[in-house]
Amino acid sequence: MKAKLGYMLKFRTLYLLSIPGILYFLIFKYVPLLGSVIAFQNYNLFAGFTGSPWVGLRHFEKMFAHYDFIRILNNTIILGLMDMIIAFPAPIILALLLNEVRRTYFKRTVQTIIYAPHFLSWVIISGIFIGILSPSSGFVNQMLGWFGIEPIYFLVENAWIRPVLVGSGIWRDVGYGTIVYLAALTSINPELYEAAEVDGANRWKQTWSITIPAILPVITVLFLLKIGDFLDFGFERVFVFQNSLNLGSSEILDTFIYKAGLQQMQFSYATAMGLFKSIVGLMLLVIANSLSRRATGESLY
Amino acid sequence: MYARMTRGYRIFTIFNYILLSIITLTMFLPLLNVFAQTFSSPFAIDRGAVMFWPVEFTTIYYQYVFQDASIWRAFGISVYITILGTFINIAATASLAYPLSREEYVGRKYVLLMVIFTMIFTAPLIPEFILMREIGLANTLWVLMIPSAISAFNLIVMRSFFAQLPKELIDSGRIDGAGELRMIWSIVLPLSKPVMATVGIFYSVSNWNTYKNALYYINNRALYPLQIKLREMLVTDDLIDTGNDLFSSLATASPQGVQMTVIVVATLPIVAIYPFLQRYFVKGMLIGSVKS
Repeated sequence: MKAKLGYMLKFRTLYLLSIPGILYFLIFKYVPLLGSVIAFQNYNLFAGFTGSPWVGLRHFEKMFAHYDFIRILNNTIILGLMDMIIAFPAPIILALLLNEVRRTYFKRTVQTIIYAPHFLSWVIISGIFIGILSPSSGFVNQMLGWFGIEPIYFLVENAWIRPVLVGSGIWRDVGYGTIVYLAALTSINPELYEAAEVDGANRWKQTWSITIPAILPVITVLFLLKIGDFLDFGFERVFVFQNSLNLGSSEILDTFIYKAGLQQMQFSYATAMGLFKSIVGLMLLVIANSLSRRATGESLY
Repeated sequence: MYARMTRGYRIFTIFNYILLSIITLTMFLPLLNVFAQTFSSPFAIDRGAVMFWPVEFTTIYYQYVFQDASIWRAFGISVYITILGTFINIAATASLAYPLSREEYVGRKYVLLMVIFTMIFTAPLIPEFILMREIGLANTLWVLMIPSAISAFNLIVMRSFFAQLPKELIDSGRIDGAGELRMIWSIVLPLSKPVMATVGIFYSVSNWNTYKNALYYINNRALYPLQIKLREMLVTDDLIDTGNDLFSSLATASPQGVQMTVIVVATLPIVAIYPFLQRYFVKGMLIGSVKS
């Protein structure tokens, strides 16, 4: 014990250096986590944590009984599913296609351009989409007009808003998402392909039996993380596309929490909803992880 | 490259090049269209005549944006929080990442676990909002810099980098009798320029793009960063009539040209650093994903 203390004393600079960072996590991440107890209170700002009455699970009961909650949860799940089925495989496919390109300058040009949208803010992206999807002046509807298609009100029709939300996410991130897969692809031993060539396997067969298995561990890990984020479609990317006409399909947990909590000051109710979301996310991650460990041997921890 | 290019593969290759070109154009043309609109007359925009080249060339929107003091103030605030915020980000992240990379730091495993847990279980919004009010950060520019001072992902990127520095260098410094801080200053930091650049670029992009925290915690209009200002301009559609003859028709006729111009102005800094960005982010992504 004494030796250990002496050791720690010898490297005290390291400990001193780490204190601000540790305090940062405690204050800004763990204090709000403890503050989640207000989900079980009728919190009001003046009474504070100690003075507000405890109400047990009442806010959770209210939440599940509320007609709107089911609709909002439904929207969140549908967007999560669309994102998982369409947006998740997109960078994998794109990376496989890029991997077949032999002309370096072409590959590099494509990469430079498709990585770029990732660095634009959601506000800017919504502005770009509002501009290009406008029914009167947007170039997308102009182009549809060439084929005799009537202008589509992409941003105000409930049927179109989800494809726009998922599509704008793909537009922003599909290129950037290829980076991890491309790195995994370059680490494949080329001799494997040469051997397959000798055995007479064509390129398609090689992709199925060499390339895909080689990047499967990366896919699995990213898929597990995606499952953990299932209800986290993202506040900003939805909020910036919302208007009163598309709310029926676009209201998700995160945007509703903001409105109920910060605009209508229903602090405890909004916290209950946030806590519900975080707990479900954690449970999904744990379940997916143990399933994956049993099925493929891959796991996060 | 391949001895036998089968007919099927050759067809696939042609198809592949075409498909990739279409995908690339899908990323590029919307940006070009926005850019073309900012130089086209309101009438051309309204009748949908603008595709990828300016129609009826004008610089009126840029003139409007340049004379609007509230846009300039928002721009200045964004520059300020990007520069000062990124400085805070790097100092805070490095000072925790370095100790966590050293084997001499007893208990580093627990600290790391504490960090990683915050990545998979996020606290609800409301308690965070109450915290910002209680500690007096709400409605100050600090709320855009301090609560986002360390990103767990960037912390792990930096820690992995420090951990792979040759141990002998640090040991040799110790034999020479250099103090810990001296060693960090003269041995570790000079070697860490690449990771500082990578993480600094990640942070500065996210500081420039910050929107959510400003929306949650700032309601003083004088403190709005550019993204909030831009969002406001995108949803209201009414420009302020400045009484200036040149702009009064613009204010009533077509807000879209001005909206697109502010988008271009807000994107320019990102475009300006993109060449540097590209050199570093691939590396950063990879260090980070190895550890995840």
